[in-house]
This record gives sequence, C-alpha cells and structure tokens, in this order.
Amino acid sequence: MTIISVNILIMRFFIILIFTCISGNISFAQDCNSILFGEVIDFHDKTVLENATITITGKNQSTTSDKFGKFNFKTLCNGVIELEVSHPNCRTQFITITVNGNTYQKIRIEHHLEELNEVKVIGNEQKNTNSSQEDKLSKEDFEKSSGKSLGDALKNMTGVSSLNTGANIVKPVIQGLSGSRVLVLNNNTRMQDMEWGQEHAPNIDVNANQHISLIKGSAALEYGGDAIGGVIILKPLPIARTDSLYGKTQLNLSTNGRGGNISTSLTKSFESGFYLKAQGSLKRLGDIEAPEYLLSNTGIKENGISLSIGKRDFVQGWDGYYSFFKTDIGILASSHIGNTDDLITAIESPTPLIINDFSYKVDKPSQEVTHHLAKLNYYRRFTGFGKLNVQYDFQNNRRFEFDRRIGDNANNASLDLKLTTHTFSSTIQLDSSKEFEFKLGALGRFQKNFANPETRVRRLIPDYNKYDFGAFVLGEFLIQPNLTIDAGVRYDFTRMNAKKFYRKSSWEERGYDGDFSQLIINDTGTQYLVNPIFDYHNVSAMTGLQYNLKENQTLKLNLSLAKRAPNPSELFSDGLHHSAARIELGDLRIKNESSRKISLSYQLNSQKWGFVLAPYLNSIKNFILAEPNDLQFTIRGSFPVWSYRQTNALLLGTDFSLYTNWTSKIRTNHKFSYVKGTDESTNIPLINIPAANLNNSISYSNIKWNNFIVTLESQYVFEQKRFPPNITVFSPQEQREKELNINTPPPAYHLLSFDASSKFSIQKKNDLSIGLNITNITNTNYRDYLNRLRYFVNNQGRNISLRLIYNY
Amino acid sequence: MKKSHLPVKKSILSRALFTSAIIFSLCFVTSCSDDDEDPDPVVEEEVITTITVTLTSAGSPDIILESKDLDGDGPNAPVITISGNLVANSTYAGSIELLNETESPAEDITEEIEEKDEEHQFFFTPSGSVSGVTYTDQDGNGNPIGLSFSLTTGDAGSGALQITLRHEPKKPNDGSLNDAGGETDIAQNFSVTVE
Repeated sequence: MTIISVNILIMRFFIILIFTCISGNISFAQDCNSILFGEVIDFHDKTVLENATITITGKNQSTTSDKFGKFNFKTLCNGVIELEVSHPNCRTQFITITVNGNTYQKIRIEHHLEELNEVKVIGNEQKNTNSSQEDKLSKEDFEKSSGKSLGDALKNMTGVSSLNTGANIVKPVIQGLSGSRVLVLNNNTRMQDMEWGQEHAPNIDVNANQHISLIKGSAALEYGGDAIGGVIILKPLPIARTDSLYGKTQLNLSTNGRGGNISTSLTKSFESGFYLKAQGSLKRLGDIEAPEYLLSNTGIKENGISLSIGKRDFVQGWDGYYSFFKTDIGILASSHIGNTDDLITAIESPTPLIINDFSYKVDKPSQEVTHHLAKLNYYRRFTGFGKLNVQYDFQNNRRFEFDRRIGDNANNASLDLKLTTHTFSSTIQLDSSKEFEFKLGALGRFQKNFANPETRVRRLIPDYNKYDFGAFVLGEFLIQPNLTIDAGVRYDFTRMNAKKFYRKSSWEERGYDGDFSQLIINDTGTQYLVNPIFDYHNVSAMTGLQYNLKENQTLKLNLSLAKRAPNPSELFSDGLHHSAARIELGDLRIKNESSRKISLSYQLNSQKWGFVLAPYLNSIKNFILAEPNDLQFTIRGSFPVWSYRQTNALLLGTDFSLYTNWTSKIRTNHKFSYVKGTDESTNIPLINIPAANLNNSISYSNIKWNNFIVTLESQYVFEQKRFPPNITVFSPQEQREKELNINTPPPAYHLLSFDASSKFSIQKKNDLSIGLNITNITNTNYRDYLNRLRYFVNNQGRNISLRLIYNY
Repeated sequence: MKKSHLPVKKSILSRALFTSAIIFSLCFVTSCSDDDEDPDPVVEEEVITTITVTLTSAGSPDIILESKDLDGDGPNAPVITISGNLVANSTYAGSIELLNETESPAEDITEEIEEKDEEHQFFFTPSGSVSGVTYTDQDGNGNPIGLSFSLTTGDAGSGALQITLRHEPKKPNDGSLNDAGGETDIAQNFSVTVE
C-alpha cells in the first residue's frame, strides 16, 4: 500500500472521528439582541485609549472607542465572535469573545509599541499555555536577529543557550536541554529535520515567521508529549482583513564574514479575508574571523522561500503554506581530525592548524541541507460549540555531510540521508463557556528515512519507517476571576521499524547476540542485516495554575510529566562519525525517558519596573546521554568512543529577569540563568550543561528623535565548574598515557555589545529603520563550553553590522 | 442554516467512520511495515585493513611487521604480528604494502598511493634500539613518500617503530607530523626487540 493512500485513509479517519464527535453537540439557539459593551485601556497605566478601531471579523461591523475608551456593538447574536482591535500606536490584535446576553469586555492593549515593541492583550492574550514558563521574542529583538540563526535569535530569552558547531550551526538549548527534547513548531507544523544530531541545527529561516515564542518544559501537550526541554513556536504575523498590499525588506551587512543577508516579504490582503504572502531570504557569509586569526572554511550560503495563501473568515478558513530552506555550511577546516593523536595535537595547539586566506567558498568538510515543508490547514467554528482545525503537512529533509575524501569519492558525500514525513492532525477547541475551555486533538504521522549507500561510508543512521499516533485532551478552568487552573493528558504511540546492518564484531561486542538474535533477517558473511521493530507507549500529563495576586502580579505553578521515545541516533548509532572523529554507539536496549518537572514563575509588571523569577526542578528518569567513555583502536589510530547510556538525572535551575524604567527614556534590563545538572546514579555532573550567565543592559530611547534607541549590553558567562571527568588515552605518538581534555570547559568570559537604531517616516505608511550593531566590541578572545569547536579555535571576534528595514 | 445538513451528514459519516476505521487499523497493524525492500549493504571505500612492512637485510632473515584490522572501525582492535627480532647494528631495506582485505580478492591499496604519491607520505618515528629511518623513494616533486625506506638498528634492546600515513599533507615538510598536517590514514606502533 502506498504512503499516500495510507495517509488519505488516516486523514479520512480523523475527519470522520471529529465530525462524529461534533454532530451530537451543536446547538442552534440564536438570540440576536445582545449588546457588547467594551472598554479599551492601556495595559500598564490603565489609561483609557481613544480612537481604537474595533471590528467584528467577518461581519463588516466596525466602531471606534470614545474618549473614555468605550465602545459598543448592538444587535449581536449570542455566540463567539472575534474582534480585531487596532490603535495608531499598537499592532492589530485579534481577540475572541463570547457574547451571551449583554456582555461587558475590558480590552487591555500595550500602546507603548514604539518603546517596547510588544503588544499584550490580557484576558484573551494569545498564549500557548496557562501555567507554564513562557517567553517571546520582541519585535525589536527579532529585527536585530534577522541576520542570525534561529538559535542565536532565541538566546535573547532568559534560560536559553545554544549548542554550537561554530558560528553557523546553532542548536537551541532550553533550561539545559536540547536536540530531540526541544520541539520546533514552524507555522503549526512540528519540524522533522533530524534534530537528533549534535551538529544538526533547526532547518529554519528565521525571517519566514516573525512571531517567535518559547515554552520552557513540556506543558504544551498539544504539540507533543516529548518536549522535555521545551517548545519553540514560530508563527507568521496575523494578516488583517483589509484591502491592502504591504511589504517589508530587511538588509543586514556585517564586517565579520564580510557578507550579510537580505529578506523581503510581500503581503496582499483582501477585505474578504483572502490573502497571499510571499517571502524570500538570501544569506552569504565568508570565513568568520576570531580576534587573532581567520576561521578557515566557516562560510555559509543560505536561501529560503515561503509562500502562503488562504482565506480567513471568522466561521471558517483555510490556508496553504509552502516553505523551502537550503543551507550550505562550511565546517572549520582545522576541526577535521583523523584520530585521537590529531585531537590531542589540535587541543594543544594555541592556533588552528589550518589557516588559509579569506574565502567565500564553502569547502569540505561541510553540510548541505534542504528542507521542504508544505501544509494545508482548514478550520471551522461551530456556534455554541467551538472550533475544529484539521491539518495535513508534508516535510522532506535531505542532509549531505561532506568530508575531505580522496580518490574517486573526493566529491561524494559521507552522509546522505533523506527523511520524509507526513502528518495528519486535528484539534477541537471547545471555548463557548466562559468558565472552562477544552481542547482535544489527535495526530497520525508516518516517517521514512533513507540512508543512501552510494556514499560508500557505513550508514550512521539506518533506513527506517516510523509511525506515530497521538491524542490529547487539555482543559482550562476559570475558578475565580483571578485563578485559572489547567490540566492535560496525552498519549503517544511510536513504532520504529528499522533495517540496519551490523558488523558481526559490533553486534557481539554490544552483546546483542544473546538478546536480539531473533531480529537478524540476513547474514552477508561479515555483517548481519537486522530488523528491529520497537513500540513505545508514552503517557504525558500536566497540570498547573495561574493566579493573579494583584493587578500586576502573576504566580504560575506547573507540574508536568513527559515521556520521550529514543531517537534513531540513540538507538542505532554504530560507528565512526567522520565529521566528529568519534565513534558513536547507540543501544537497542534504550527505553523511553521520562521527565517530571515542577516549575514556578512569579511575575510583576508595572510601568516603573518588573521582574520574572522562574525556578524549576526537572527530574528525568532514564535520561539518555552520550559521553566520551572509552577509546577504540583501529588501523588509523584510536578514536574516542561516545556511548549512549541511560541514567537518572536531575536538573535544577532558575531564570531571572528584571527591568527598570528609570525615566521615560532610560531603561535597564538584567537577566540571569543558572542550571545544575547531575547524574544521580553516579553523582557526577552531566555533560554539556550550560554555564551560568548574567546579562545586563542599559538603553536610552527618545521617540522625538525618530524613535532613537541606543543600548549597551554586557554578557558575562561563568566558567562551568561542573563537568564529567576527562578520559585517559594512550598516545602512540608520545608513547605514554595522557589525559584527553575532552570535557574540560573553557574559562569564563565577558562580552560587550552595542546597538543603536532609528526609524524614519518616508511617506504616509512607509518607514525606514536604520540600525547599527556591534558585538564583541573589545574583540575578546574566548571559547564557549557548548561550542563543539572549542577544542580547536576561539569564538568569533568583533562584528559590526548595519541593518536597514523598509516597511512599505 | 446548518441544521438541514446534519442528519444526512451523520448517517454517511458513521458508515464511513466504520469502514475507514477498519481499513486504517488493518493498514497500521500489517501492511505499512513490510512493504519495503531490504537495504543494500554499503560497499566501503578507502578502507585499509592491513599494513605489511617487510624489512630485509643481507645475511639475516626477513622481518615482517604486520597490522591487520578486518573490522575497520568496528570494536576489534588491530592484530599486530612481528615475525622475529631485528639484528643489532644493522641496516634494513624496508618496504610497505597496504591491502583492503574486506574485499575478495584483497585490493592492493599500495598502487593507489603510488599513483597519487604527491598526496601521501609515510612518517616514521623510531625509538629505543631502532635508531633511525631514512626515505629511499621520491614523488614527482622530489619529496619523500616512504613506501620504501632504510632502517638502522642500534645496540641490542627493545625499540619501537611508529608508522603514520597521511594523505594530503603539506609537502615538502620538516618531517614532523605537526608540520605536515593532513589526514591520518594509518597510525600504528610496532614494538620490536633488537638482539
């Protein structure tokens, strides 16, 4: 049976299931004499906002708020309506309201958009969870990050760090966890882009989705039950229902790398709700410079295109989305090493062993990844019931990793994987009641991985088919006007069906001949072909509360249980990872890991100052990790062995942020995050846990000077004192045992950065922003613990970049 | 408005639900998993399993130093065999042969090195009673290769010979591995007795 027919069946099944659920519940009471009274006020100082435009979407009814901020709509039918609220200084927001008889609704919007660049609508704020620690990237930080990777953009948020392979491969780390423990939702589609690899960054153009938010932890069960680290949510900005054509073009130029990127988007919207949007980006950077030397072969070429089409009505709507992303990233020439001796030499050499002249060329070693994502989404709202959403998405991820090879295979990739994923998902949101809201959903997913044998290098990840099925129920209950409780449960089934060749020697060394001999389906003489079919059942759950102590203080408490099935790398890795010069060994015996996390957040927001204090404790049973623990000898010398194993881990940490508006123009921001990770069974620190870091900034803004903002920022990263012990190796070259400093973290470092920007109105609706940004002002030499290239080179030196943003 | 559609929808839907559910579950349980062909084994290239060093000296028996690693990057360590002891204060003519024995018949990698001799070089690190090694061959540019060499022994005792093959090293170089750079294809250490 072909994949497509299977998928159509799956989709049909879900749609039918959902419709059946709905059909018994729709109510048809129509009472159209209700009046909606509203009041629009400022979020911070509670001043009323005059001249806000309020439109009922889909009904062409519109009004403006009076000088007391009041507005009303008469002769409304009972039911759920959506309001579009806009104000000259605010970004347009959509708010869902239930009309039941004469209804009063207070709408709070952030109208200091010029200063803070964020919009908050309390009460009906578009948030992802009720009780979990959440953060989002401000528009200003987003624009500053347009030329960077997603991982770097996210580092503006407290508690987020990154696992790097050089400057261009950046994997986000949320409260100490990364990789398969962090879900990335790209336009409501869970990215399937081989997130299992330490040097596999999310294949996302940061410019394609301008709204980036983050959930720390697994409470967002809607998106998956396995987000032990967290969920990154990327969404496009909402498109208003007006006849309009607008665009945005941003150009960034930087001195370090001698290149930049350009991104442009064009949106055509219609009163009818129909819209079209196209966006494209192009990025070119040459070799990056450390303060004292050039980092040869660290350039990047990246292209992205995304297209959206849809019709958005209040009752129903659909959208189609396609995105293409291609990246070609050079990997530091001197990081390509042959064996342990080369690694020792490289670690001990103060400067990289290969420094060539500056070049834009991406040479080997390198990675070339393309990602296609296509989705179709349909929603419909049923009066007095709720909203149904169905979606199909398709993803194709192709990854080539090139190594320096000789002979006939010089231009042949060492790794060539093709990952294809089909997902059907559906959710129903029951939001007709003011006191509670339910959301339930289900998904079916089929994934196929193909590892091309033409590489002539043994497959690191085998061919596999993976089947996922998931279902969830989430509820949110308004207990008192200031207390909301939420709870949810999710079940996921995963079947992994792989076909993999094992060397007989590896099969026996792992002890599989006793436990898994029934999996062997073929014997080629030196190798076994094995067909493991593993099923994983995961139940995840969460509950929490949000309590508004006073008008401006919020306390959130969340308890969540999350389970994650092992990824293909953890199960099947077996052999030499050429680009890392290490032998990685997975284990077929690895079971799912489960996390129990408790997180608390206490938040205060006022015009003068505010803070968020967010401690957490994450206890992970059967935590899967890989550490260097041995050395394996081959004719090419010895290689460090990184074996996957499971243990019980405890992560304890806190995130803290504070802002103070000293005057209307001067503001300071402070952020601190710390996490401590321990392997509880051995009481040894966990590997790759980010060091504590402290970030302080001061900014001056003046709206009268063309929205001038200048910021000076200091970032101090502490030395990670907690790390697992190094391994001792025998160096044949030196004929003695030596400690291989593979785990020792580099010292603390301090970086300064500067940013200044201004915005100029050119015509009525057109404006131009100009910004200047300098990072690592003092050109400090430093290495970061979570950069896999720290053994070889210093991090990037000073970078001066210019950005131009034109809105039209 | 929606009322009139509903009863119709319900009956069609429930029938379709039933059939779809059956097909769906059948598919999930059986067919989806087994319709793929078995993958082909990877034909590995650039594999060197065996290095054989032959040391000859007039009047004394040939000495063979061999390192064989048939499972490549697999868990088994290379098997090193040394056919006998070297004679003190002698000069040996050395030659190196490389094989890929994962193929049958074994592939001779020595030829590939000879063809691309400008991209390769062996490095010798003698110690103890192995007193010195000098190159006796040259590539097209007059730089050493190391497929043939001359080895001298000192007084009786124990010694070692570390042999490293690098591809794409800097050529010419000062003879040290650090200066040469490049990628390591072979790094083996042979402990010998000189008597």
